[in-house]
Amino acid sequence: MTIFYFVAFLSIFFALMTIFTKNPVHSVLYLVITFFTFTVHYILLNAQFLAVVNFIVYMGAIMVLFLFVLMLLNLNKDTEPMKSHLVKFMGVIAGMCLLVTFLGAFRVLETNNEFVQGHADIGLVKNLGKVLFKDFLLPFELSSILLLTAMVGAVLLAKKETRTNQNG
Amino acid sequence: MGNLLENMQGIPLNHYLIFCSIIFVIGVIGVLIRRNVIIIMMSIELMLNSVNLLLAAFSAYLGDPSGQVFVFFIMALAAAEVAVGLAIIIMVYRNTKSVDIESLNKLRW
Amino acid sequence: MKEFIWMLPLIPLLGFLMIGLVRKSSPKPLISIIGCGTILISFLLSCGIFKEVYDARLAGGEGIIYQEVFNWFTVGSFNFNISFLVDPLSSIMLLIITGVGFLIHLYSVGYMAHDGGFGKYFSYLNLFIFFMLILVLGSNYLVMFIGWEGVGLCSYLLIGFWFKNSNYAKAAKKAFVMNRIGDLGFLIAMFFILVNFGSLEFQEVFPAAGQLAMGDSTLLVITLLLFVAATGKSAQIPLFTWLPDAMAGPTPVSALIHAATMVTAGIYMIARSNIMFTLSPVTMQLIAIIGVATALIAAFIAITQNDIKKVLAYSTVSQLGYMFLGLGVGAFTGAFFHVLTHAFFKALLFLGAGSVIHAMSDEQDMRSMGGLKKYLPITYITMLIGTIAIAGIPPFSGFFSKDEILAHAFVASPLFWGLGFLGALCTAFYMFRLLYLTFFGSFRGTENQKHHLHESPVQMTIPLIVLAVLSVLGGVINLPEALHGGTWLADFLSPVFAQTNAVVEPFHLSHSTEYILMGASALGAIIMALFAYNKYVKKSEIPEADGSSEQSGLYKLSYHKLYIDQIYDTLFVRPLNGLSKFLHTYVEKLGIDRLVNGIGDLFVSSGKGIRQLQSGNVGFYIFMMVVGVIAFMLYGLFTI
Repeated sequence: MTIFYFVAFLSIFFALMTIFTKNPVHSVLYLVITFFTFTVHYILLNAQFLAVVNFIVYMGAIMVLFLFVLMLLNLNKDTEPMKSHLVKFMGVIAGMCLLVTFLGAFRVLETNNEFVQGHADIGLVKNLGKVLFKDFLLPFELSSILLLTAMVGAVLLAKKETRTNQNG
Repeated sequence: MGNLLENMQGIPLNHYLIFCSIIFVIGVIGVLIRRNVIIIMMSIELMLNSVNLLLAAFSAYLGDPSGQVFVFFIMALAAAEVAVGLAIIIMVYRNTKSVDIESLNKLRW
Repeated sequence: MKEFIWMLPLIPLLGFLMIGLVRKSSPKPLISIIGCGTILISFLLSCGIFKEVYDARLAGGEGIIYQEVFNWFTVGSFNFNISFLVDPLSSIMLLIITGVGFLIHLYSVGYMAHDGGFGKYFSYLNLFIFFMLILVLGSNYLVMFIGWEGVGLCSYLLIGFWFKNSNYAKAAKKAFVMNRIGDLGFLIAMFFILVNFGSLEFQEVFPAAGQLAMGDSTLLVITLLLFVAATGKSAQIPLFTWLPDAMAGPTPVSALIHAATMVTAGIYMIARSNIMFTLSPVTMQLIAIIGVATALIAAFIAITQNDIKKVLAYSTVSQLGYMFLGLGVGAFTGAFFHVLTHAFFKALLFLGAGSVIHAMSDEQDMRSMGGLKKYLPITYITMLIGTIAIAGIPPFSGFFSKDEILAHAFVASPLFWGLGFLGALCTAFYMFRLLYLTFFGSFRGTENQKHHLHESPVQMTIPLIVLAVLSVLGGVINLPEALHGGTWLADFLSPVFAQTNAVVEPFHLSHSTEYILMGASALGAIIMALFAYNKYVKKSEIPEADGSSEQSGLYKLSYHKLYIDQIYDTLFVRPLNGLSKFLHTYVEKLGIDRLVNGIGDLFVSSGKGIRQLQSGNVGFYIFMMVVGVIAFMLYGLFTI
């Protein structure tokens, strides 16, 4: 039980560090740690498959992509653009308002305060796979098309336009 | 494994809700206060992840695997989004030599 | 022949389309052949149809042919057909329209030979004939109304034929607006008929109307409205001022529209609806009064006019007044008889005047004419016949028709007869004045005009001769009983007026009284002719130039047309213009425009203000998005 609160504390701490650190490279690293804490949460929730996917896809692929881009563009603390303090303050206030609204909503809705019951089986690849390929087959296939288009789009966008270069 | 299970048995659902909300709001604040487009995208990832976690928590709470399937889809979506988004950022950087969101000020009347 | 009824109006329409489409590219002879040919075919068809009706009448039948062409539309339980009705009344009208129409077409070939708008002119004429035939043939008020509106339109087009002269265009506009006032009456009358009788078909309305009591209020309203329509189309007080102005059009147009066909539409319509009018004596009284007043006033004005066409125009108004007097006193046959003879002699007079104008190089002022007798012999003789006919000197046609109306008027009220008789005297005087000023005495025009004087070409003189013969003989078809005549026309038309004849007592006047009346009017006409001869030929008096101070008050009153145009101008036109100006400056500009523009400005300025939010600052956009999300959530919270 205490593990959850400890890990939750860590998540919040590193999330805050992510957004408040000036150096973007550090930000990415903090975010990686945050996602790692999320992986722990998934394990705590008995969602083993998700934990693994989160670990590989998010921490591995996506975060590396971010880091790669940051380094490609050669961004560091000196080039980091920062907003004025007033805007920052406003942003924090707005975020807090949102949080208060959320909490108020939970209160109004009187969400069930029962304990979360873990089920040992549902998080396994076997069960998830069954659901995924039975009930969610069509969305699954569609998501594959989405990924394909995203890939094509990303390649097309990031490709250097030779024609423009010749002209320029 | 069994030990972990027992550990998490005592967490009320509300706490998950609050925890995820906090992470989500941190993401929102990150979007609001940073000017670096890459950081903003990272904040968005943060928001997505908070929702993911909440979905997983609901899934466990209800004993329904559909929630975890949703998480799976969201991850696929996030991957696509990041790929395209970063490609756009690279394009923008090539043209403006900056990742400052203020440099994208052509979205106006 | 009756299966060809639908072709009758179609042929002029085809002529209109053909000429209208090729008028720019085809030579004048082709246009003339199409223009006259279509009308000639229609005339031959009309003859065939007339013969059919005539045979039916001889055999003792009613001679009524009903033909449904197609179903136009159905609204609820009301069914509207395009359908035609041929009976003795419309068969004679068909003959007049196509016969006189053909002669005028033929005449126009010569008259308009040098005009640039030759093709346009003939296409309009054919269209006019088409609408006139629709008007006459229609078996219900709706089809009649189509023709009614159509002839109004064609009249507008033809009066404004030389639209480059702004005065002519104004005259056309005046005619159109005046006709519209009457048309409104027709429309409202149609609504009343539809509501009360559930149909617009003559064959359903009239029997139903015949069931109503004498003086029924519904019939009173309907007939009054129909009469308003008739005053507009047939140029009666108070809507008659458009007709003299309508002389702006080419002269054959005046002959066709303003003498022979269109202006008689009102009389035709009232004769057609005779039962409704017979059953509302108030309207009949009103018609008689308006008719006799129009006859008298127009004749009074005509006495002093110097424009040859203006004289004829007022004479037309005056003669139409007689026809309305005839309708008003219940002499439907007499009125229609006068329509018939008037179509002959007035078309003749107009065409003769056109011939004179043609010879005088477009000079219309009689003060510049004179002595044309030897230059234009055929025109002179035919116009003399026309003048005698209209003046009412026996045995020419005008005498019989006018006399029949006057005899009926005498039975209704001697006062009507007296006023009508006075008008007839005026008629004789101004017509002979016209004749003497134009053809007698010495030539008063310029040398140049004298040099050009010539008799009109043969295609113009033939119609004159034909119409002159008809003017002489036209009276034969309805010789009064007192002269041992056959009253053929009355017998022929009797099925049309059968309902009326069943309601009212037969007209009765002792033969001796009738002889006296005839003698009085014939004698009066001859005396007036001699008086005019004395004044204008013996003493060679010439009307003075405009603005001469020696004119007497009465003369001035007549010369300035009783100042009616000015009175209308002061009473209606100027207040309306003032009101329009007021509405334009204050209501439209300051009220509506400001409101509309204000709404526009409001959105423009608010758009300009809100546009500042679209600063292009993406950070700000995101911030606003978050604010929006919060707002939505709060809204959701408080509405749960």
